[in-house]
Amino acid sequence: MSRAAVAAVVLLALIALLALLGPWLSPWPYDAIDFDGPWGAPPGAAGHWLGTDELGRDLFARACQGGRISLAVALAATAVSLLIGVAWGAVAGYAGGWLDALMMRIVDVLYALPFMFLVILLTVLFGRHLLLLFLAIGAVNWLDMARIVRGQTLSLRRREFVDAAVVAGVPPRRILRRHIVPNLLGVVAAYATVTVPQVILIESFLSFLGLGVQEPATSWGALLSDGAHAIETTPWGLVVPALFLAATLLALNLLGDTLRDALDPRRGEWR
Amino acid sequence: MLSLALRRLLGAVPTLLLLLTLAFFLMHAAPGGPFDAERSLPPQIEAALRAQYQLDQPLWRQYLHYLGGLLRGDLGPSFQYGGFSVAELIGSGAPVSFRLGAAALLLALLLGVVLGSAAALQRGGWLDRVLMTFALAGISVPAYVVAPLLVLLFAVTLHWLPAGGWSAGGVSDAVLPVISLALPQVAAIARLSRASMIEVLSAPYIRTARAKGLPLRLVVWRHALKPALLPVLSYLGPAAAGLVTGSVVIEQVFGIPGIGRYFVQGALNRDYTLVLGVVLFYGALIVLFNFLVDMLYGVLDPRVRSA
Repeated sequence: MSRAAVAAVVLLALIALLALLGPWLSPWPYDAIDFDGPWGAPPGAAGHWLGTDELGRDLFARACQGGRISLAVALAATAVSLLIGVAWGAVAGYAGGWLDALMMRIVDVLYALPFMFLVILLTVLFGRHLLLLFLAIGAVNWLDMARIVRGQTLSLRRREFVDAAVVAGVPPRRILRRHIVPNLLGVVAAYATVTVPQVILIESFLSFLGLGVQEPATSWGALLSDGAHAIETTPWGLVVPALFLAATLLALNLLGDTLRDALDPRRGEWR
Repeated sequence: MLSLALRRLLGAVPTLLLLLTLAFFLMHAAPGGPFDAERSLPPQIEAALRAQYQLDQPLWRQYLHYLGGLLRGDLGPSFQYGGFSVAELIGSGAPVSFRLGAAALLLALLLGVVLGSAAALQRGGWLDRVLMTFALAGISVPAYVVAPLLVLLFAVTLHWLPAGGWSAGGVSDAVLPVISLALPQVAAIARLSRASMIEVLSAPYIRTARAKGLPLRLVVWRHALKPALLPVLSYLGPAAAGLVTGSVVIEQVFGIPGIGRYFVQGALNRDYTLVLGVVLFYGALIVLFNFLVDMLYGVLDPRVRSA
């Protein structure tokens, strides 16, 4: 593994730890107002490590709490998109014939839709049910995964161990579960590192527009939105969540690049 | 070529119909309606309003009514902006959004291809590393983070450019929105064109061109650039979709009177016809763009034409 990938993993672990433990490390709860300190204190002032927002709430605690929501939501939506994408792609690739053609035609049609607009409409529909909303986002965001999994399945299907299973009379459903899907996991893991940042971006996009996470809960997108509104008085309110978000996405993209290069036989020679 | 074009255009119709149908029923399934307000209307007036806009009809009939209007080229009246039709609203916002998006796309293409090719030619060198680090950072920072940061730097701190607004479409008003829209796409296109340029440069015919003594500049310009641009071309569809999505936020951040803000406001206010109109407009735009890209692909790459 390259040094960049190691750095990315370390950075991700650090951010995950901060999101997990940060709210306990911080002397202030994320939704409490510090009435003693100046409102909108700069980083380091009055014992607030990263300052406070324009309402006097501790930014370190808020960034960590926001990270919890952003990451949890990203993982939930990614899990849904993996589940649908792998099932769809594996069935299409293994079945072949008209079923494959039909299933991939559906994917093509869905691909052409400007799906961010549907996501915004879903937000309106599900309103405050955050979990439901992100399950729905996962349910629209599985197309890439289905295509990749189908391609892999097509080549796996011709391998000897699958032939052996067919000859031995194993039913297709079991072949998929026992032989195809486990062999897909490497590729699926690599492309999951692409899906996670996509979903984080969608969440922050929605929250930035005021459609996603609602007060008093918060997320990186909601923090960015707050920060952007108070940019002239408390610029750190924007910079702090932007750094958290950018660091996470950077690490995930770096990891995704490395994994894809490792899996791509053509690129192996010059890395 | 012509029959292919016709088939592709006809193929877009079911896609748009699906989009419209999904949007229609999602929108109507959402709780609330266009005439919910803090000050509730007298029941008779609300009933009359609902009757006027066919909202008292069963859903399937409203759907057919909308489709029927669409066939006559009528997008219906807006609920939120009384007295305006959806077509008028889109017509007033479209030129602004279009100018913004076209400028951002052009900037992203030019800058992305130049930077990506430069990085590919210096593969492994310091320029490559610097550029690709920036590109990686660029795809990690969305437009709505870039925009306020640019405002902070150039408007709040340096006072070089306005922080927002749109006074008759002056150039200085457009600089920051266009840059924030374009930057993530610049990064994506630079990464793509670097990878494809590297692949093309290792092809045998490039080695032949080099071997006969052609200088590198000419090899790149005459032989490598065109095939290297093909993957970039097919990325233009997703790039246009990304710009459309980005413009929804960017128009909000900078207070620009384009179409993007109608969509979010319309969805929140249950302005059914306005939302459907914008969805249809953008959907058709993206489909049309993908179509043009496909056709251009056929012109540039003879292998696609015969298939």
